[in-house]
Amino acid sequence: MKRTLLVLALSALAFGAHAEDTLAKIKASGTISLGVRDSSALSYTLGNDKYVGFHTEMAERIIGDLSKAVGKKLETKYTLVTSQNRIPLVQNGTVDLECGSTTNNAQRQKDVDFAYTTYVEVVRIAVRANSGIKSIKDLNGRSVATTTGTTSVQTLRKNERAQNIDFKEVYGKDHADSFLLLESGRADAFVMDGSILAKNIASSKNPGDFKIVGEELSVEPIACMVRKDDPAFLKAVDDSILRQIKDGSLAKLYDKWFMQPIPPTNRSLNMPMSEATKAAWANPNNKPMEDYAKK
Amino acid sequence: MPSLDWPVFCRDTLSGEQVAGCFASGRDQTYLQWMLQAWGWTVTVSLSGLLVALVLGSVIGVLRTLPDSPWLVRFGNAWVELFRNIPLLVQIFIWYYVVPRMWPAMQSINPTLLVILGLGFFTSARIAEQLRSGIQALPRGQRYAGMALGFTTLQYYRYVLLPMAYRIIMPPLTSESMNIFKNSSVAFAVSIAELTQFYYQVGEETGHQREVYFGVLALYAVSALLVNQVMGFITRRLRVPGMVMAGGAGGH
Repeated sequence: MKRTLLVLALSALAFGAHAEDTLAKIKASGTISLGVRDSSALSYTLGNDKYVGFHTEMAERIIGDLSKAVGKKLETKYTLVTSQNRIPLVQNGTVDLECGSTTNNAQRQKDVDFAYTTYVEVVRIAVRANSGIKSIKDLNGRSVATTTGTTSVQTLRKNERAQNIDFKEVYGKDHADSFLLLESGRADAFVMDGSILAKNIASSKNPGDFKIVGEELSVEPIACMVRKDDPAFLKAVDDSILRQIKDGSLAKLYDKWFMQPIPPTNRSLNMPMSEATKAAWANPNNKPMEDYAKK
Repeated sequence: MPSLDWPVFCRDTLSGEQVAGCFASGRDQTYLQWMLQAWGWTVTVSLSGLLVALVLGSVIGVLRTLPDSPWLVRFGNAWVELFRNIPLLVQIFIWYYVVPRMWPAMQSINPTLLVILGLGFFTSARIAEQLRSGIQALPRGQRYAGMALGFTTLQYYRYVLLPMAYRIIMPPLTSESMNIFKNSSVAFAVSIAELTQFYYQVGEETGHQREVYFGVLALYAVSALLVNQVMGFITRRLRVPGMVMAGGAGGH
């Protein structure tokens, strides 16, 4: 009887802990778990547990503002996430804040909350410069690589049916793997967010061999993710983003990561800020991808 | 715990709407159809890998027990040590990325075939070891009796040693066959569209991680149980009354 009560009590604890107060949690523990990626332009790794990138550095500044908000210096625990596990890890509490390359869409808004959009991404096609592929129609009969767990998989599917073309899809387990499929010749094209394509090409051995071509297959707002139903934490993160936009530090950060040479190869991505990103900063919002497609 | 939303499997993969009867026609597909397709890949890769492993493993197992050919024994030892000591995932990567670079002729080989070879070679080392232990479990007199009857080495293996050895190792062979179904999930890392890849992609796409997880789990469990039952059937049919087998008769 006593053992049953203990088990029931423990399981009640496990199920009862849903609407969490992240601010209280990080104040109590003094650490915050930051989700980072390994090979996207906005958040990537240099090896040796060093994580850098536009969104990673922005998140570090958000954590600085959060430290001021809770009144205690917060230690950052960098947690590597993948396209497949980022949402479950945010949902179950392993990761408190994820600032990588996650698209804000209506489906995901059911599971997590998104902060203000800080980058608007377009999905393009990367190919070998000598392949002669110029648009998605040229992909008919070829093999196309994309990463498992990203929105690009569904974008490809939609375009395949809508334009009545047929290509073979090859799934990489992460962005570096998908680019390797293109590099090694196992795929003729790699379809993914433009900044991820640019970053992987810039870091490759011979960047001149690759080109980004084709129309914009999809326009996607990228934002930081936090747990659902925690309005205080979301507001704190949003306030920090607003501050960074208003005092110009976010614009300087964009210039540092997209226009200047970046590690590890010290090449620049050379991607000036798009009109869509400028508009997102001028009117901070967390509208999902579907709202962008409607225009 | 919130209830599970099973109808997610009947959604069309493009529009997200429910499809009556759970099976769409033409170019459309429901998630259930996709899952069954992925299961088909898992079964194909596993069964083909098992076939490769049985053939190769038998050859290597026999080589390791030959009495008069030290170099063949050494070759068998090297084979087993090589494929047993490298993790399976690393072996699959080597087959998929490194081998085509070293021998450009292999670049054009279908990736599925490379995964089948990778899985098969890995499992062949384990089956070789099991066969060797089965042969060595037999009394030495069996081999000498075969030689005394005038059999060549090939003949006394074929007619005396191997029939008994295979019956002895049926239990670990059953485990190995079930293992290869579970190990086939590493094919996900080299872009084969099998069940584990389905779980990652569709779990993320629909947001219904738990329902997809249970679906995939059920299919893996069903595959392994089917293999278990088939091997059990084979064991019972092959049983020789009066022969002492490891584990006793009808252990499972």
